[in-house]
Amino acid sequence: MNLLEVRDLQVDFNTRNGHTIAVNKISFTVKKGEITAIIGESGSGKSVACYSLLGLLPQPPASIESGTAVFEGRDLLTLSESELRQIRGRDIAMIFQDPMTCLNPFMTIGDQLIEPLMFHKKVSKASALARAKELLVEVGIRDPEATINNYPHEFSGGMRQRVMIAMALINEPKLLIADEPTTALDVTIQAQILKLVADLQKKRDIGVIFISHDLAVVADIADQIIVMEKGFVVEQGDSNAIFTAASHPYTQKLLAAIPSDTKVTTLNDPEPLIQVKNLKTYFNTGTTVVKAVDDVSFDINRGEIVGLVGESGSGKSTIGRSILRLLPITSGHISLDGQDLTKLDTNTLKQTRRRMQMIFQDPYASLNPRMSVYDTLAEPLLLHKIETRKTVEHAVLRLMDEVGLARAFIRKYPHEFSGGQRQRIAIGRALATKPEFIVADEPVSALDVTIQAQILDLMLDLGKQYGLTMLFVSHDLAVVRHIADRIIVLYHGKIVETGTSETLFNTPQEAYTKSLLASIPGRNRLAS
Amino acid sequence: MAHIDINAEKGTSLWEDAWRRLKKNRLALFGLGVLVLFVVSALLTPWIAPYAYDAQNLDLGATPPSAQHWLGTDIFGRDLLTQIMYGGRISLAVGFVATAVALVIGVTWGAVAGYIGGRVDAVMMRIVDILYALPFMIFIVLLMVVFGRNLLLLFLAIGAVEWLTMARIMRGQVQALRKQEFVEAAISLGLSPMTIIRRHLVPNALGPIIVYTTLTIPSVMLLEAFLSFLGLGIQPPKTSWGLLISYGAETMEEYPWLLIFPGLALTTTLFALNFLGDGLRDALDVRRSAD
Amino acid sequence: MWRFIIGRLLQAIPVIFIVITATFFLVRAAPGGPFDAEKAVIPEVKAALERQYRLDLPIHEQYIAYLVDLSQGDLGPSFKYPGRTINELIESGLPATAELGAYALLIAVIIGSLAGIAAALRPNTLQDYIPMSMAMIGICMPTFLLGPILVLIFGIHLDWLPVSGWGDIPGDKLMPSITLGAAYAAYVARLSRAGMLEVLSQDYIRTARAKGLPEWQVVLKHGLRGGMLPVVAFLGPAFAGLLAGSFVVETIFQIPGLGRFYVQAAFNRDYTMILGTTVFLSTLIVLFNLLSDIVAAWLNPRLRAQLSE
Repeated sequence: MNLLEVRDLQVDFNTRNGHTIAVNKISFTVKKGEITAIIGESGSGKSVACYSLLGLLPQPPASIESGTAVFEGRDLLTLSESELRQIRGRDIAMIFQDPMTCLNPFMTIGDQLIEPLMFHKKVSKASALARAKELLVEVGIRDPEATINNYPHEFSGGMRQRVMIAMALINEPKLLIADEPTTALDVTIQAQILKLVADLQKKRDIGVIFISHDLAVVADIADQIIVMEKGFVVEQGDSNAIFTAASHPYTQKLLAAIPSDTKVTTLNDPEPLIQVKNLKTYFNTGTTVVKAVDDVSFDINRGEIVGLVGESGSGKSTIGRSILRLLPITSGHISLDGQDLTKLDTNTLKQTRRRMQMIFQDPYASLNPRMSVYDTLAEPLLLHKIETRKTVEHAVLRLMDEVGLARAFIRKYPHEFSGGQRQRIAIGRALATKPEFIVADEPVSALDVTIQAQILDLMLDLGKQYGLTMLFVSHDLAVVRHIADRIIVLYHGKIVETGTSETLFNTPQEAYTKSLLASIPGRNRLAS
Repeated sequence: MAHIDINAEKGTSLWEDAWRRLKKNRLALFGLGVLVLFVVSALLTPWIAPYAYDAQNLDLGATPPSAQHWLGTDIFGRDLLTQIMYGGRISLAVGFVATAVALVIGVTWGAVAGYIGGRVDAVMMRIVDILYALPFMIFIVLLMVVFGRNLLLLFLAIGAVEWLTMARIMRGQVQALRKQEFVEAAISLGLSPMTIIRRHLVPNALGPIIVYTTLTIPSVMLLEAFLSFLGLGIQPPKTSWGLLISYGAETMEEYPWLLIFPGLALTTTLFALNFLGDGLRDALDVRRSAD
Repeated sequence: MWRFIIGRLLQAIPVIFIVITATFFLVRAAPGGPFDAEKAVIPEVKAALERQYRLDLPIHEQYIAYLVDLSQGDLGPSFKYPGRTINELIESGLPATAELGAYALLIAVIIGSLAGIAAALRPNTLQDYIPMSMAMIGICMPTFLLGPILVLIFGIHLDWLPVSGWGDIPGDKLMPSITLGAAYAAYVARLSRAGMLEVLSQDYIRTARAKGLPEWQVVLKHGLRGGMLPVVAFLGPAFAGLLAGSFVVETIFQIPGLGRFYVQAAFNRDYTMILGTTVFLSTLIVLFNLLSDIVAAWLNPRLRAQLSE
């Protein structure tokens, strides 16, 4: 049975910078009792399409140009604001991406939970609270009596998302729209929330629209998949069909972007380039000491790519920064090619820095916004006297060729580039001094999936070409498996397990590693 | 380097970007225009003023605006336009000099505290907190009473109040920027702290500082005018807009133009500076240019 | 929470102490004594006067004696009003100043925040431009200019309102209160507009809309609290400015309040009066800052939690 039928929906944006068509004549249906996933990268119009149905887009700049969206016999697009309000939160509810910012920090979760129930169904506060507590239990929050009077900041990200889900379900809606509900969460939490959404949907037999940028995330739960690109629906169909017989090139590209299980082989020389012994990095917050890295030892061989995996708070980024001496360490030894980095004087350290570089997570923050591509890439070359003022421009252009940036962009500034292009600039800067060792700190996690694949390929290519040794820090096991020779799993600042990619994935020893592996989205679907 | 980039596309730096946005803001441009006009006329006053500063005509007395005296004359028969022009020199000078004092102290203090961090930062900002809690307006009145109405002291006293916010803004900027990955990248390249401050921190912290400087000048001018109105600021024979307003208020029943024109001069300048400041704030907002 | 309040009170003590000490020595450092102006003072009389006011003692003893008196709440006798104490003078001036300040603050908060919220609800429309242009005028029109202009228009030309006094003729409190409050209403309007715009762009406002709540509930229940935080934080420091503004307003409208005493004392070199009023006003300002911090913390559950730890 069709719960929602969208026909020829077009949404335009009129801003000072011009006129854009965000959603271009799209049609789709959502069935009762099914999960419909809408997949697309940033700017594909997937969220805009859904928000426009509920009148949640600010108009202007947005304007709905055409289309119908029939929900239970009524066209949502022709309803007045007050009629829409009767549907929002009662018949159609939403969950949003970032649970940290989507709950009102000034109200207790109890007050926020009962709000839709009291407003739409006019029930008493006492019975609304009783219902809220039942739902909290159902979404997996223990001891609702105590927690219902807490404020959002007293919950972890995963718990807040559970509260959001309870809030959306409190009026027993017929359609639930979930906008990237797991993107801001750690992998193990993501797996829990995905399971919760799927379970609740089955139990209530409602329709769900699940918006995501990541095909893998919806692989196991979606019944139907709609793929959007630049405002168009490029392909839609049964989930099985999409995964086994996608016809549109963009869908195929998305599928190809899911890191494969096959490991790219790299050169491997059993001589250690980096040795970390009993590394401890503690942070003193004034009241407590946070043991971010707590007695960690490992080696990285020349030419090897080591993946450092863990969830937020595991200390994985701190290790990378400690090795590069970007953070003061508490104790331990770090050596590069036999030279103890912890004992270098300022001058020698400066000389040594050209041998080890870093690629950062956020390409928006890792480039000085006031320096052009030329300034950014020339700085290391001139600093380490690799080039002279006369020859530096040629070197910069060569570097741009290598990382795949058009030479014509040399005078442009970071804000004029896309995320992927910025990351290419950052890679160019890291490679400028021809380093032997690179720490890559989540280098692709801020990028769209198809761009992720391109940047990973670029890094692998350049790695081979330069004979780089790499420490690849990531929360994403699938990515690490694709790129790393060896994997180190971290939990709360300690090493849980180490092994080659093959052995770790096929025969994990520790319980934590197993739960991490089980959390990889789309594992069941992609394995089959 | 022109030999290579024949095909290079011209990039737009954030400064050029900001200037382009500012040019679209008509109020801000109007503010800038008025400001330039006033500053130029203040600089040239001795040459372009219609009458000599001390030219009196007691027989004439106070007259409303006329062809000879565009803005009229005061009770001593002095040309009001000349008075306002000379008063503007002092008012603008106080605004600019005291703000410069605040800028130098505040930016240095904030940058040092923010960059060194740790205990030094804690102590330095604690001092700022304590000074913040002091009722400075009352203190300046006191200073003027105790040490007499001294122009240099006025500069220092006002500058001493205004640097506190400047220091806080600068420290916040430096602290936020230090955590940015591009500064980490600069450290990992091996750049010296001085180079990092000069090339990576200062250019990025400049925007908010420029904006706040533009907004500090009017508040300083207001403070000077306030003190002069109470008779605690500029002293005759020197004059300032605040002093002229104070005289004008005394005789406003008979000679309202003596209140209105100096008042207009002051408010127009304050308008211009505030419009310019607001415009700069919008134009220099880095987050805005990102989308 | 109590620990925070007590902690902040303890922090206020050194500030007030610095104020007392700095004021005391500044005033004493002034060239010329309080009785120099009266030419015909006989040396014996002058000596007696100085003894009476402890001016014959070494300065550190004067300071300690002053602190001892102060700890008992005694601000000392006045130089210029023989036979009257500073305490009495402050008591006589305080009611008018407090009333004026309260009205001005009320005008600032009520008119300012209503204008700011209205502007934030429809940004870049007339509903935004009109109040914000008024606010800009309010900021650029200093008290000492607004006061005389209001007097000129409403007092003299239209003859609607009395031009001076306080509580003598009905309606004489209106113009001073507006004069003093206008600039602060303008600041509050700008702050509340910015605060509301910031809050209304937050994700949790979208959540509230997705619940189907009507717009007025979204704004009042979910937006107001966060949006008004900057205004609350502003009121503490604004109080100091308000007091300074009352110097001008009380002078213009001839209101027998503290501000006028202060300005007169400054001209008369009335040492103990300056000292006494400075100490009194500074304490008031420090306490008001503290109050605004506490209210701001109380409004923000996250901060409240941090404070009660």
